[in-house]
Amino acid sequence: MNVSYRNDPARLAGLVQPGRIHRDAYINPEIFDLEMERLWSRSWLFVGPADIVPNPGDYWRTTLAGQSVFMMRQTDGKVAVFMNRCAHKGAEVVLDTQGNVGKLIRCPYHAWNYRLDGSLLSLPLKNDYEGSGVWESPAGQGLAQPGAVREYRGLVFARLSPEGDDFETYFGEVLAILDLVADRSPEGRLELTGRPLRSEIRCNWKMYLENVNDSVHPISAHESAANSAKVVAGRMAEGAEKELAMEQLLPFGAGYTFYTKMGAKLLANGHSIHGTHFSIHSGYAAIEGYEDMLIAAHGEARAREVLSFSPQNTILYPSMAIKANPSVVRVLRPVAVDRMVLEAWALAPVGAPDILRKQAVNYSRLVFSPLSVVAHDDLRLFESAQEGLHTQGNDWISLHRGLSGDADPELPHEIEDGNDEIMMRNQYRAWAQGMAPAGEKA
Amino acid sequence: MSTTTNLKEELIAAVYREARLLDEGRFDEWRDQLTADAHYWVPADPADTDPLRQPALIYEDRLLLDVRIERLNDPRAHSLQPRVRCLHVLQQPEVLALNEAEGSAEIEVRYVYLETQGDRQVVLGAVARQTWLRQNDSWRLQRKRVDLLNVDAPLPMVQLLP
Repeated sequence: MNVSYRNDPARLAGLVQPGRIHRDAYINPEIFDLEMERLWSRSWLFVGPADIVPNPGDYWRTTLAGQSVFMMRQTDGKVAVFMNRCAHKGAEVVLDTQGNVGKLIRCPYHAWNYRLDGSLLSLPLKNDYEGSGVWESPAGQGLAQPGAVREYRGLVFARLSPEGDDFETYFGEVLAILDLVADRSPEGRLELTGRPLRSEIRCNWKMYLENVNDSVHPISAHESAANSAKVVAGRMAEGAEKELAMEQLLPFGAGYTFYTKMGAKLLANGHSIHGTHFSIHSGYAAIEGYEDMLIAAHGEARAREVLSFSPQNTILYPSMAIKANPSVVRVLRPVAVDRMVLEAWALAPVGAPDILRKQAVNYSRLVFSPLSVVAHDDLRLFESAQEGLHTQGNDWISLHRGLSGDADPELPHEIEDGNDEIMMRNQYRAWAQGMAPAGEKA
Repeated sequence: MSTTTNLKEELIAAVYREARLLDEGRFDEWRDQLTADAHYWVPADPADTDPLRQPALIYEDRLLLDVRIERLNDPRAHSLQPRVRCLHVLQQPEVLALNEAEGSAEIEVRYVYLETQGDRQVVLGAVARQTWLRQNDSWRLQRKRVDLLNVDAPLPMVQLLP
């Protein structure tokens, strides 16, 4: 490929057109590099749940925009995020996924030691550095950190670039959704149930995230899983105890019309709430005593607001999708133009009936495990579309459904028809902005 | 009346047969050798002890295994095209405990699991702990816990039962 998108902003901007996206957005490695460098570095990304590092020195290692980072609990109780690279020669200073470093972070290569706040504490043969200029160089400044870090409702976010929107501006109304999810707990916080279920998917990250906004695919893509559940449910004895698994699987068979009145809200920066009126998660049985518990904790109005809020998905563009009920968080970790890792975190509302924890755990396993039959329906198609886009004859994918009139409505923007591809178009609106060269906003 | 030697021999044969039924895609026969309260568990963390309260890769009772098998037998299931096949290459199963009076046994078996679809092959190492019960003069599988060797890695889709 001889064309450089980096040096041709007009060509790059031309990838997103009304109702269609050029396939290079999904298959061109240069586009992926630019996405990580621009869009992903300037966006607020999910790092992990704060309670995975409960004690000072505890760390959790992950990636942000493809770069190795770790978050660590500080002695003052706050969570810091560091680029996982020794200031000396670049070795990763924490090698395990999770652990505790003790009182200092010691690089295993040449024993450069850092305090828990990342500052350089000591290094061997210090006298040999006299007059070398090391203390004035980046090497002397300790571990690099993202441009900004913020913990909100027990979830840790970071923005790699020093420049970009502040946390509140970037997420806007979405933060109220995180509040609603957290307030499913009488104590207002979610806790870990275990490690995330992780899938390696051979597709572009955007293909996955678009699908989170796609209510038209289940009836065809999930036909086999939904039908199998229906056949088996039909064999069950009448009056048999309603199974949690069936309660969660059967709604995958909902038809096109179900979603047309579901409602959705489009927000700035690619975020969206899909299912503002109802969703496939709205029909779950009420839990005895739970409503009273929430009323006692949050007051009647707030409790009703929390309980009636059960959308299909809320997207925190570009790295995260949240379900309120069950409380499951999906996180995208892009690896290459044709590869990503998905993390599914089942979180439990603290102090709520234990069944809520079981629902989150059950749902994440049933729908998001790489060994789940529902996930197979999706993953096989994402991977096949990734292949299919390399064939010639049509350079574009279509996002025309529902497109008429104003292609870029003023945000926030509410719609009725959940099948409208406007939510995906809204993702690309943010994508085009985020892909503009530094200092410009398209 | 079976002798201890016979019981053990039948048990080991049942362990090999269970793997062979999966390998040959004989899912209905595979289901028939499960007890009514059987569970298939693939934990996401080797330290996990409670599959209902900790996320697992698979934790399925007869009902969910029925759904899985119904789908595996569905020719319209697009994710299974082209055909997905598997092979469990077992070491000699080890009888950890055999209670003749109760008709129950604990087995540990180590194996390599291969799964293939088209030009792609997944290789997984695994250790399975199995509980077998003697019912109607034959051994039936009541519980199988499969700990995958590379459970720390993000896994590609694995569509059959490792």
